[in-house]
Amino acid sequence: MTTSRQDVSLGMPQLPATPYPAEVRARLDADAKEVLARYPGSRSALLPLLHLVQSEEGYVSRTGMAFCAETLDLTTAEVTAVATFYSMYRRRPSGDYQVGVCTNTLCAVMGGDAIFDTLKEHLGVGNNETTEDGKVTLEHIECNAACDFAPVVMVNWEFFDNQTPESATRLVDDLIAGRTVEPTRGAPLCSYKETARILAGFPDERPGAVEATGGAGPASLIGLKLAKGEALPKARVVSPRAGQPRDAQPHDPSPSEHLSSHDAPQQTSASDPEHPAGPAAEEGE
Amino acid sequence: MTLAAEIDHNGTSPEKLLAPVLSAFWDQPDSWTLDTYRRHEGYEGLRKALAMAPDDLIAYVKDSGLRGRGGAGFPTGMKWQFIPQGDGKPHYLVVNADESEPGTCKDIPLLFANPHSLIEGIVIACYAIRSSHAFIYLRGEVVPVLRRLHEAVREAYEAGYLGTNILGSGLDLELTVHAGAGAYICGEETALLDSLEGRRGQPRLRPPFPAVAGLYACPTVVNNVESIASVPAILNKGKDWFKSMGSEKSPGFTLYSLSGHVTSPGQYEAPLGITLRQLLDMSGGMRAGHRLKFWTPGGSSTPMFTEEHLDVPLDYEGVGAAGSMLGTKALQCFDETTCVVRAVTRWTEFYAHESCGKCTPCREGTYWLVQLLRDIEAGKGEMADLDKLNDIADNINGKSFCALGDGAASPIFSSLKYFREEYEQHITGKGCPFDPARSTAWADDKNTDGKNAHRGVNA
Repeated sequence: MTTSRQDVSLGMPQLPATPYPAEVRARLDADAKEVLARYPGSRSALLPLLHLVQSEEGYVSRTGMAFCAETLDLTTAEVTAVATFYSMYRRRPSGDYQVGVCTNTLCAVMGGDAIFDTLKEHLGVGNNETTEDGKVTLEHIECNAACDFAPVVMVNWEFFDNQTPESATRLVDDLIAGRTVEPTRGAPLCSYKETARILAGFPDERPGAVEATGGAGPASLIGLKLAKGEALPKARVVSPRAGQPRDAQPHDPSPSEHLSSHDAPQQTSASDPEHPAGPAAEEGE
Repeated sequence: MTLAAEIDHNGTSPEKLLAPVLSAFWDQPDSWTLDTYRRHEGYEGLRKALAMAPDDLIAYVKDSGLRGRGGAGFPTGMKWQFIPQGDGKPHYLVVNADESEPGTCKDIPLLFANPHSLIEGIVIACYAIRSSHAFIYLRGEVVPVLRRLHEAVREAYEAGYLGTNILGSGLDLELTVHAGAGAYICGEETALLDSLEGRRGQPRLRPPFPAVAGLYACPTVVNNVESIASVPAILNKGKDWFKSMGSEKSPGFTLYSLSGHVTSPGQYEAPLGITLRQLLDMSGGMRAGHRLKFWTPGGSSTPMFTEEHLDVPLDYEGVGAAGSMLGTKALQCFDETTCVVRAVTRWTEFYAHESCGKCTPCREGTYWLVQLLRDIEAGKGEMADLDKLNDIADNINGKSFCALGDGAASPIFSSLKYFREEYEQHITGKGCPFDPARSTAWADDKNTDGKNAHRGVNA
């Protein structure tokens, strides 16, 4: 992220956000009406509406938040307070594909840390950063309820189970090259914006999306197979991507490097003259 | 624990020990569709429920002894009974599908493979508590599950299981699928309600409890996915059948999620009270050549166990008596290659990241725990830090606004109890004696050149 002059706070209040163009606004108004109709109380529509504006621009912009505020008769401050609380709302433009590596304890221990380190090096980006071509945003994510498929990588919130550093590297290479990528559980990838629309409560209309990758994943069926007296699966579940030979890659994470280092206090303008923008300016674009 | 346990070690076969109910037809083609569900007695429980009076239905579920599967184990029927009737207010059912507790992975596969069991349970519950609008609060990060829920709800409306005058009973019910936006705290029921009302997910002061003033300040039942999805089978097969499984105080079947350094991670549906030893024995044990070191009975917020707890019956009373909680039955197993300080540090970073910020003990306490733990893991800690860890955890536990603070203290207390020496090793040895490469899923693969496997200080 470069720091532009506009990011420097001069004590002037920000100007109101630019509104959506009329045709965008008309389309979003129609969608918003549908969302509101689902709830007895209008404010309940705020989370889906934030997903909706994210599906328009790929992130939650000030324009998007102003739209939500106007639609629900809230202040922009009320909307901002909510939008900044939840980790799925992006606050700046990001890549078409969000690659999230689970680094919560179980996945981390099973190899998530190694996968995340490999991808950082391979893509040349850090946590929550986007490749220069705008394709991939890399981040580490928390437990995604798929521990029996560890280590897990999510791309646009579809499951890529039982990953290795090699399979994950091929995965991001395929994404960047525009090759078709299929999750182990989930539908063929759509863009981050299209994913956000599903999250806003608009069903995926693509033919075959619901049934893609079939029923329960292999690990989910192990207990059932045993209960039916079927033989124990010989090998652990390995994704097709892990089948190819892998390079022996020495992995030596320094104990002082921590994945959650972003949770440490951020440098502010007082301590970091390189980045004079304080938290107030970071809210804007 | 034997290294690679043999099947039938205890003379009991998996066929007898396991009891697939919710997972019984996950292996069938198109298991998530209404057609497949109906072929497996789907919506039969609903027919039986609609033939009963709502109060009798509540009493029936209460008599079955079904307890909440989301962690706390509160009797489901009793939650329904707390809803004041004839109060003139709308009543709501909110299903907690915000499965985010580290290690927990049962509701997501359940909804992916068999979403109609939840929808049928919702209709039954709403009939019982006289609700005409229910919500499924699904965590947002699981789009494949969201897709199937959208489709299952559409199918259910089309077939007349949702909407107006359901199966001619006069019951009207709207069901809204609501996707969250990434916040662990929303699994806490009152934070979930605030989130569903379009606010930051922060817990509410109780009382008033949701049963009196929940969603939109109206009487609300908040139940876990698995609790509600278990109801149709209880109605269909009878409460006596249900009570024939498990123990008197913890009756019934449930999903156990085995993960980590085991030969066969996955879902195992069994009567309550099965032990980890039985589950490991039937499924190939720990990965070959390794020993169990520590495990969680129900997610990272439940105090960890060790090898000595292999025979603890995994039901509410058994796990409680052994000093932990059944929680979500997320059996995360770690072998001897795993550094317990690293594991606890990472969990604590999670709690610090997910602390909602409402109360000081949790917000500040988790932050300082992380600082201390990072130093200890990196070999920069002092012995006094261990008591400080304990002290800070003690200031979070029982003093924070909601139970998630208590959860953050659990791994600290339990790891210090069982593995204090390992913390001390990090301090005296000025570093971590473990090689993370040896813990990975591929560490023992034969086709690697072994380069990774022998670099550890302690190897």
